[in-house]
Amino acid sequence: MTSKLKIRLAFLGALINWLLFSASNIYLLFIESYEMKVQLADFIPQLFFTGFVISTFIYYRYVISKADTLNFTDLLWKVFITGLITTLISLGIRFFFTVFASSSIVESPLTVNFFYNILIGLVIVYMVSTLVVWKRLILYQKSKNLLQFWGFFEIALLLSLAYDFLELELFGTNFNIGLIVLSCFSLILAFNLKWIAYLNFKQKWKGILFILLSAIYLYHFFLNLDDFRATGALVMDLMDSVFFLGLLGFLFLYAGISILVTLFNLPTSSVFERKLKEAIDFQKLSQSIPRGETIDQTYEILLESSMSAVFADAAWIEVKEEDGIFQSIRNLKEAQIDKIKSQVKSGTIKDILSLNFDKDHSPSRLTDSLKDSKYKSIIALPIHVQQKQIGYIVMLNEVPEAFNREMVNIITTFVNQTSISLENLSLIKESLENERYKEQLKIAKNVQKSLLPGEVSMGSNIEIDAFAMAADEVGGDYYDVLEIGKDKYGLIIADVSGKGTSAAFQMAQMKGVFHSLASQKLSPSQFNIQANTALSNCLERSSFITATYFDIDANKKTIEFSRAGHCPTLMFCSETNETKYLESEGMGLGIVRNSSYKKYVHSTTLSYNQGDTMLLYTDGITEAKNEKGEQFGDDRLKDSFKSHAKKAPTQIKEAIKRDLAKFTGEVTIDDDYTMVVVKFNTNNDG
Amino acid sequence: MVNIEKEKKDNIHIIRVSGEVDAGSSIHLDNAFKEGMEAGESHIAVDLTNLAYISSAGLGVFVSYLDEFELKKIKLVLFGVQETVRQVFDILGLEKLITIAESEEQAIEKLNG
Repeated sequence: MTSKLKIRLAFLGALINWLLFSASNIYLLFIESYEMKVQLADFIPQLFFTGFVISTFIYYRYVISKADTLNFTDLLWKVFITGLITTLISLGIRFFFTVFASSSIVESPLTVNFFYNILIGLVIVYMVSTLVVWKRLILYQKSKNLLQFWGFFEIALLLSLAYDFLELELFGTNFNIGLIVLSCFSLILAFNLKWIAYLNFKQKWKGILFILLSAIYLYHFFLNLDDFRATGALVMDLMDSVFFLGLLGFLFLYAGISILVTLFNLPTSSVFERKLKEAIDFQKLSQSIPRGETIDQTYEILLESSMSAVFADAAWIEVKEEDGIFQSIRNLKEAQIDKIKSQVKSGTIKDILSLNFDKDHSPSRLTDSLKDSKYKSIIALPIHVQQKQIGYIVMLNEVPEAFNREMVNIITTFVNQTSISLENLSLIKESLENERYKEQLKIAKNVQKSLLPGEVSMGSNIEIDAFAMAADEVGGDYYDVLEIGKDKYGLIIADVSGKGTSAAFQMAQMKGVFHSLASQKLSPSQFNIQANTALSNCLERSSFITATYFDIDANKKTIEFSRAGHCPTLMFCSETNETKYLESEGMGLGIVRNSSYKKYVHSTTLSYNQGDTMLLYTDGITEAKNEKGEQFGDDRLKDSFKSHAKKAPTQIKEAIKRDLAKFTGEVTIDDDYTMVVVKFNTNNDG
Repeated sequence: MVNIEKEKKDNIHIIRVSGEVDAGSSIHLDNAFKEGMEAGESHIAVDLTNLAYISSAGLGVFVSYLDEFELKKIKLVLFGVQETVRQVFDILGLEKLITIAESEEQAIEKLNG
């Protein structure tokens, strides 16, 4: 069922019940006056009355609870309006009786009862609607206990309706017991008045007015009912009902206590409003930066909030920023600021004003009195960001000793909140910057990847595969192949000292050197000599590059190489099934930066046979460590290579990688590492 | 990672390096050389007995002082070099540029000779 349907049904139920109640009442009157033989049980009107009350209650419960956004004065306004309408109608009835006072028509029990029934309807509608509003007010800031207690109260009211079936004697013992129980409930509930604190000064006056009027309506109804009672012609007298008296008592009690409490709260309401404003200001401060306001706007909010929190007559704020000093002044001239600065006696405040205050402060030190100035009181508070004072805020008041510790505490929270906002802002900036660097590194990584050859090949008779891995985003390892003639290839492996970004740049230089020199068809020795000269001009003094340059002639089946300080190459000889390091003299590029480098360059020529395999690598592999801190080392690499050397280059590469990973285990390799596997004469016709 | 101690024996400035020298810790080694040079030392012996590992960045420190030492006639001798470290120096070709002695006595002898 939708609540709209429920409201309509409840309304209909109330109307029907009231009509039946009135009809049965009048009917009873007829039976009585004409002594008719048709019997109607006495409890029938009471039954319909009960139905009417419950339906009305349900109706108002849905109507009023539906409007969740109603504020307190709106709720009270509703009571006032309902009361006004019902009262106007009841006044109409009164008017009727006054006009026809001399006529016999008003003395007829029928007329009296007819109008009395209408009055009962009005009274119940008004009382029930008021009950529901009181409920909303009482259950504002509800606790579990309070809810439960209210539930009991409603049950007690319901029971009192049932109690009325007994037609107890007014103020008899049983009647009084029922009344006392309801009164106890009312008394306890009547002191739940938390909502009053949330009214501002104006709303409190409105509240008092509305509740007073509601009480007057009630009183008016009460008088009205009493008048009818005096006629003695009533079939059913509402005043004999425990329910009615109990409810009336509760409504009166709550109205009375509400009025008194609101009255007594009037003088302090400004304090509450102030606290609320502080809370709102505080929120404004904490949200100002996330909301996208500038730092300067935040300082303005801080100044405004602080001023209104401590009733300052004048104030200023000064903050050191990247591009100069931010200053904002209220009710002061700059000349006055300098004067006040010179008049300050307190050492702490002097430190604060000269931005020299990086310690913790005690609230008592931050206030001081000024002499020979329009302003007699001063508060100065430092603004810190990351434990450094970046500025301060000063509040002035013309009254001596105007500032107390409480005020200092309030501004301190404001200032702290500002600091937090500022710190958050700088953190956000930093993380954005980091994000940007990461992005740049990603680009660098992609650029560097493109510096290594994607796929390497050396004609149909030589099979080659390579693999490179950088410890950081970018690395300093390099390998490349260049066809320098028919069946002639230049092959290089190089390792820049260090790792990371600087190594990556030097690796790029190495690529340039390789491509320009290899294409000149230089001998390996010449290649290294020239590469040394070229790199000496551009490498940092502490940087060097180790390399081995190979000149491979697939036609003559020879390899000539010159080792420039690079790890010796591993060679597998298929004929002898032996694996050995190709030992030779040599020196790293960029170590000796003059012509004497020549002395250290050597080259070796050897010829190869079918199935011979060469492993080029960088020291990242041999220096990879396991958990015990042992290095993979030359011997392990040699053994690994030897055991896989008969396989195809890709498989050799993968197998060595696997062996290496098995050795290092959980430990990550903290250096760039590269492998190039070259297998000669892999075709079967050679 | 790296621990560096300095000692003066007669006219010889001894730098004792222990631990591991990698990209991060090579700066300490560099500082030790710089200080020695600025103090006007002309005979420097480097004790590598307890050096377990040196990365290419660490070698770069030695490389970067080669020219300057030669220019200022500063003599440099290493001693107590472990096999693995020695190998690294050899492969790079540094053993041809830097005198490596077997023991401290021999190093002092070479420096004074």
